[in-house]
Amino acid sequence: MRIIVSAIAGLLFGLGLIVSGMADPAKVQNFLDPFGAWDPSLAFVMLGAIAVTFAGYRIAFQRGRPLLADTLSLPSKTDIDARLLAGAGLFGIGWGLSGFCPGPAIVSLPLLATGTLVFVPAMLAGMLLARALQNRPRGSEERTEAAGS
Amino acid sequence: MPATPFTPIESLLGGALIGAAAVILMLFLGRIAGISGILGRLLPPFGEPGVGGAAAFIAGLVAAPILYTAATGLAVRQTVSGNLPLLAGAGLAVGFGAILGGGCTSGHGVCGLSRLSARSLLATLTFMATAFLTVLLVRHVLPGAD
Repeated sequence: MRIIVSAIAGLLFGLGLIVSGMADPAKVQNFLDPFGAWDPSLAFVMLGAIAVTFAGYRIAFQRGRPLLADTLSLPSKTDIDARLLAGAGLFGIGWGLSGFCPGPAIVSLPLLATGTLVFVPAMLAGMLLARALQNRPRGSEERTEAAGS
Repeated sequence: MPATPFTPIESLLGGALIGAAAVILMLFLGRIAGISGILGRLLPPFGEPGVGGAAAFIAGLVAAPILYTAATGLAVRQTVSGNLPLLAGAGLAVGFGAILGGGCTSGHGVCGLSRLSARSLLATLTFMATAFLTVLLVRHVLPGAD
């Protein structure tokens, strides 16, 4: 059942990216280019997505327990650290250069553009690299973070 | 770079579908619909639970364009850069940055902002700022770089 729900959510998410035009990197890059061929569509995608998510999350959080799981698995971190800013900054550079972020890149896979087939393995390699660097000093860092907060 | 038409209605509707997917994941499984986090669960060291659900979600994403075209008869239009070294570098930056920063456009931008998370707001403002700056540099300051 959890597998079916996850697959339906993935499908809806992917269809949303396609219908909204966000599966087209050119459309994303044109949003990021107010001094060029500006296309403000991405702002409307965010508006539609956040309106629905915000309302639905209120209901989910009021219920507390998910329908098919024991607890809500919400991010526990609340501190603003250098990693958050450096990571987001780097992410934005890659996003601007390519017009791809993880969702649209994965949705684009079956369309088989050569650029996508280069981007996705590179993205996965970047994720693995970040994981490897993060996992190395994990034990000591978690203790430091807990002590600092 | 080709101009793209402004599509407020389709984009709002598509955004709502993305939101519906995020709400389903939270209501049923209590999980954030962050694509980089979901992808991360499928990568070594496989430390987190929910690997089956993550694989099913990604399969749904990949099936989307195929089903979309089968149902509507419309092709998914996209223009992907042919500059492969640039895309390789961009992919590395997106993947590395998403893990280091704890989320991407969906996890921070959609789900995090909907949870009113200060971390996600700051992350979203940061990646928006560097993305706008990058496109400004590549298209207007150093033309020909892309």
